[in-house]
Amino acid sequence: MNFEEHAAKPLLAEAGIAIPEGAVAEDGAAAAGIAARLGPVVVKAQVPAGKRGKAGGIKPADTPEEAAQAAEAILGMTIGGHRVERVLVEGRAEIARELYAAVLNDPANRSPLVMFSTRGGMDIEEVAATEPAAVRRLVVDITSGFDRTQAEDLLSGLDIGPAGAAVAEVLAKLYALYRARDAELVEINPLVVTADGRVLALDCKLALDDGALPRQGELAEAGAPEPMTGLEARGRDLGLRYIQLDGPVGVLANGAGLTMTTMDAVVHYGGRPANFLEIGGEAYTKATAALELVLANPRVKSLVVNFCGAFARCDVMTEGVVAAWETLKPEIPVFFSIHGTGEDEAVALLKERLDMEPYDLMDDAVKAAIEAAG
Amino acid sequence: MIVRQQDRVLVQGITGRQGSFWTERMQAYGTRIVGGVNPKKAGSEHCGVPVFASARDAMDQAGFNASVLFIPPLAAKGAALDAVEAGAKTLVMLTEFVPVQDVMEILAAARTHGCCVVGPNTAGLVTPGECFVGIMPGFNGNIFQPGRIGVISRSGSLGTLLCLNLVRAGFGQSAFIGIGGDPVSGTTMREALERLDADERTDAVVLVGEIGGAKEEEAADYAAGMAKPVVAFIAGRASPPGKKMGHAGAIVMGDQGTHASKKAAFEAAGVQVLDMPSGVGPALSAALAG
Repeated sequence: MNFEEHAAKPLLAEAGIAIPEGAVAEDGAAAAGIAARLGPVVVKAQVPAGKRGKAGGIKPADTPEEAAQAAEAILGMTIGGHRVERVLVEGRAEIARELYAAVLNDPANRSPLVMFSTRGGMDIEEVAATEPAAVRRLVVDITSGFDRTQAEDLLSGLDIGPAGAAVAEVLAKLYALYRARDAELVEINPLVVTADGRVLALDCKLALDDGALPRQGELAEAGAPEPMTGLEARGRDLGLRYIQLDGPVGVLANGAGLTMTTMDAVVHYGGRPANFLEIGGEAYTKATAALELVLANPRVKSLVVNFCGAFARCDVMTEGVVAAWETLKPEIPVFFSIHGTGEDEAVALLKERLDMEPYDLMDDAVKAAIEAAG
Repeated sequence: MIVRQQDRVLVQGITGRQGSFWTERMQAYGTRIVGGVNPKKAGSEHCGVPVFASARDAMDQAGFNASVLFIPPLAAKGAALDAVEAGAKTLVMLTEFVPVQDVMEILAAARTHGCCVVGPNTAGLVTPGECFVGIMPGFNGNIFQPGRIGVISRSGSLGTLLCLNLVRAGFGQSAFIGIGGDPVSGTTMREALERLDADERTDAVVLVGEIGGAKEEEAADYAAGMAKPVVAFIAGRASPPGKKMGHAGAIVMGDQGTHASKKAAFEAAGVQVLDMPSGVGPALSAALAG
């Protein structure tokens, strides 16, 4: 789950990392009010996406009037696929140095990774590509952790000036925040040293591990919701992973890998899938709700049901689909392929209740569904 | 990470609905289940084996070398550390949605204790004709037959489909290794590939990957130096970028983890990439004949 800057920064402050004074505004008047209190400000689009500056979503303003104009220009923009609904209006700092700091999950090393650079305010991947020596990395042993001493080692030899000790402190606090909040990534870019020697986090990018949300309490509610269609939201509420696409061939399969592959097969044989919807894992007993969801998309003209049971039992999933089919009586054609755990019972059930035979190969069920969709 | 008939297997969470269902199937197929764990039902018997309060107790009283976890996500770390510290040599973590930092802690402990972790979010391990550990239909003869092809898969369901296509084409499997669909895994595709490369019972390997992460690229790097043929299928070519496609690890971010990047890495390593899973039989026949 991603967090917008205004939702992420209070966590930095709680962790003891200084942030500029500021507040959120949803219209020009509110932005002017905040600017009247803070003096010269920066008005920043709040979307869970990068490159806001390049998209014109970050503007300085010296007066309340300018702040109102900036806010009105930014509100309603679309940045990275997200419509800007609010801006963060923050006091402007006089910047002496721009640094970069981040802690993230590193799948390659199966450990946390601390990153630091003296080239802040730029795209870190670009810096790493053009000037690899400017980016320092430390793979952390999660058992022993990362403290200020290690932070000082990581920074040693870098020219940070008198703020070095405070920057090391920020890195240690950032790691503690990453651990306490189950972050996948927490990044400060730029971390600035001000003209009067303070160390301030001017921006913050935060992504939490979805698996850990149940133990993060209220924090989960402060996250930015993913943009979803109505049907996608309905899927989420049912505990089903549904992604709406624009083709006519409905897809219902078990397991993420098999569902992606069924979509791939639809495209490979010249069709277009209507959705991603998997009912594997714990969701395999929800076949009825899943089928209703697929059929609720008016674009769907045919349906391919592809089960390869492992944990998810084909008999349970097929029972769910057949029961839903009997209730909903949909008028579109459906094509099955069923193999794996519970296969024999599932095939018998299909024959008895719907008088249908599954296709032996997924490929043939998909081809038939494409043809039927026209 | 290849299970054998002589392995002594513990089932943590044996008394749950899924734990019971799969324990019975593993036992029926020949897996040597020596006990289960449920602190609330210690001292009782379930599926014909004793239930212990902890993996530690199970080690002391029954002895085991592999453990499989039917444990909910937020309790998985405690159960896994119990097994690792008790001396498990192999730990199969089926659970999906285990917090990633918990996984990192488990893997750090496993390194210290010399335990091989498979998963999390894996469907498990199968050695056809011998045994299986996890939630794969090892007992289904249309899908698993003893043979000489090793299969490594991020996905259980898609791995099942590839195995089905292998059997249909007259092949059997030397081992199925489910590495799981999470971004951080105890066993990577590359590590599983190294294991099958060294396995005398394996003549060729099928890699079943998907979009997201860099596991396929790492495996391709190793495959480039292998004498045994390797073929691959990568799911997710038709998936939209920026969306988690069911598995936590299956997401394309910018130009990272794309189907194109993985396909290019495999092809540069001499690994044939299949258009469709149904092409696996002919591709292997050609590779083994050549």
